[in-house]
Amino acid sequence: MELTTVWFVLIAVLWTGYFVLEGFDFGVGVLLPVLGKDDTDRRIMINSIGPVWDGNEVWLLVAGGATFAAFPEWYATLFSGFYLPLLLILLALIVRGVAFEFRAKHDSDRWRRGWDRAIFWGSLVPAFLWGVAFGNIVAGVPIDERHVFTGNLLTLLNPYALLGGLVTLGLFLLHGAVFLSLKTGGDVRARARALALRMSPVVVVVAAAFLLITQLAHGKPLAWVTTALAAGALLAGVVAAARGREGWAFTGTAVTIVLATATLFFDLWPDVMPSSTSPLYSLTVTNAASSPYTLTVMTWVAAIFTPVVLGYQAWTYWVFRKRLTRTPIAR
Amino acid sequence: MNVLDLSRWQFGITTVYHFIFVPLTIGLAILVASMQTAWHRGGNETYLRMTKFFGKLFLINFAMGVVTGIVQEFQFGMNWSDYSRFVGDVFGAPLAMEGLLAFFLESTFLGLWIFGWNRLSPRLHLATIWLAAIGTTLSAYFILAANSWMQHPVGYRINPETNRAELTDIWAVLTNSTTLVTFPHVLFGAFITAAGFLIGVSAWHLARGREVPLFRKAMRIGLAVSLASGIGVAATGDIQGRIMTEQQPMKMAAAEALYKTSSPASFSLFTLGTPDGTEELWSLRVPYVLSFMATGDPNGTVEGIDDLQKEYVAKYGPGDYRPSVPVTYWTFRLMIGFGALASLLALVGLWLTRKGRTPGSRWFYRAALAAMALPFLANAAGWIFTEMGRQPWTVYGVLRTAASVSPGVDVTTVALSLTAFTVVYAVLAVITAMLMARHVKAGPPDLTADKEPADPSVPALTY
Repeated sequence: MELTTVWFVLIAVLWTGYFVLEGFDFGVGVLLPVLGKDDTDRRIMINSIGPVWDGNEVWLLVAGGATFAAFPEWYATLFSGFYLPLLLILLALIVRGVAFEFRAKHDSDRWRRGWDRAIFWGSLVPAFLWGVAFGNIVAGVPIDERHVFTGNLLTLLNPYALLGGLVTLGLFLLHGAVFLSLKTGGDVRARARALALRMSPVVVVVAAAFLLITQLAHGKPLAWVTTALAAGALLAGVVAAARGREGWAFTGTAVTIVLATATLFFDLWPDVMPSSTSPLYSLTVTNAASSPYTLTVMTWVAAIFTPVVLGYQAWTYWVFRKRLTRTPIAR
Repeated sequence: MNVLDLSRWQFGITTVYHFIFVPLTIGLAILVASMQTAWHRGGNETYLRMTKFFGKLFLINFAMGVVTGIVQEFQFGMNWSDYSRFVGDVFGAPLAMEGLLAFFLESTFLGLWIFGWNRLSPRLHLATIWLAAIGTTLSAYFILAANSWMQHPVGYRINPETNRAELTDIWAVLTNSTTLVTFPHVLFGAFITAAGFLIGVSAWHLARGREVPLFRKAMRIGLAVSLASGIGVAATGDIQGRIMTEQQPMKMAAAEALYKTSSPASFSLFTLGTPDGTEELWSLRVPYVLSFMATGDPNGTVEGIDDLQKEYVAKYGPGDYRPSVPVTYWTFRLMIGFGALASLLALVGLWLTRKGRTPGSRWFYRAALAAMALPFLANAAGWIFTEMGRQPWTVYGVLRTAASVSPGVDVTTVALSLTAFTVVYAVLAVITAMLMARHVKAGPPDLTADKEPADPSVPALTY
């Protein structure tokens, strides 16, 4: 396999990991005012993602850094072109991250309410905008011969991309609700499970519509396989949730996100950012890539350290595997 | 103001702001880990309370460092896309390594440390804070390797077909002489920052006669670390000065406001120049000192700004290759001055606390509290000096700042993001300062309250 292919796959893996992991903590954040009826509920919800959300977010930073190192043109065009949505995502991640850490450090209802709002909006905005961004990447945006994005904010807010935003938001909400039903006990667990079931038909329809349009407009034949499997995983997840098999339900939503992201990257290949101005101006794995030497160095670094990272992150999830309940709450 | 100016302001503001939190994180991580180690080894509960108290302040600060760091990862692409295209092949590698080797380590193990107090064995729990501390230190190394490449590009070639820089030797980039001296310089600076924090916080409590045994200990740790690191920062700074005189003579000439090439060169104590910094009006100088600092020989030749400008025009073509002399000159002096004041305070403090003594006079406590700001100011001045002194280049001698900015981003957009970041950062600065002050005043936690409900099989709600 060519090194450019290896790095295309690795970056796809990093984004996939990011969506699967931060997906559920975005979901928990948005559901905070919906499922948390009192402060104790909300604390249980926040603590369910407390030890892991920061590690989850690093997947994004590494995806960004890896893109910079392996495909500098892609990094440059993507982030300068999608400047305003990215600005909103950054601001959202800033207030959200601070909120988790600051919320419990001062005993006042007003203080906590303020940070709850920050967690809600800070989770909602990126959960929606990442879908918008990936919709645009797959569909293509105006890029000129110098690889410079020539559109504006309205170019990015097209119906297809907005539908993509609804898909990520919906999938992350479902993923988060299933996660809560798996990781908490008592009322929060019951409410999370009920909500997951109630919202699942909408999520299934929206996600299926988006993937169908994607396949019909930009699809490759092979990606029908991942599309079908994604649909199957989502349905299986919902059925598992309905039967109270929470572990399987969470596996189902996680696999759905993996396969949906895989579908988008399948359809993208060998482009990394197609140009809607002219196919000649598209960024591809070849013309956006770093030199073979850099890719070789980075391949070695990734091959050695990725298993280590995966090992200790998995261990963290193992350490904090128990459900959170109302009992130990004496503050 | 055009896109270039606004982008530079945004990068400057967000980076200097980010670097308020970073050195405190690096220094405190290792100091808190050391406190916990002292408790783990000797079982002295004073050290456990110290760990928990400074650990909480560390976490408030860490959160700010993390969230402002996310912006840094993406800003190169957003505002400096032509820079990113040109250097990504080289510059992206240490950035990606930082993410994979350092960010994962610090975030994952800090999560384990915060939530693992009653769930991990004491040894394992101690290991988590050390691994997080190693992560923050590694992160500093990789980002400094990236920055050092901008100061002194090595291990690359320019591909004539694509007109981009390409990595030819990763080892040369990771062992760049600039990196090897900048990394310890920044680490010592981080220790002075964290030590100054320990000293100031302890002074506040000691002045009120609270928790005297604990805070006297904490203050002694701070004073010793501050003085030792002061010596370290000066020694590495001296080597850096010599290396920079070779690698970027223009920056060092501007740092001294030395316009004419001189041998021997005198050191400027105070120079008054024209407002635009192109000429000297009057100066007070110490003979031979600059020659010695720059070359190690009191009669050595030090090149001046005017001659360097002529040389650079001959080498790189027409253009103005002079950085802003007032900014470079003054930030260089402020960096050294603030750092020296912090060391002086540490020396006085060590004397006042010798042999079990606790200072009685209030002036020392007031000075210690005020002096908490010194290392932060020195850090900021140092970065403004080294980055402004490199202008007009982003990659010294290779890529100009004016050619680095994003071509497709307009003024309104950058003005909007600059405003948004500045406002959000200012609000967060106020909130963080208030929260920190509140926790400092609350003092170390009472351990008896902690002990009662500890059922290790049930996860506690930490947040």
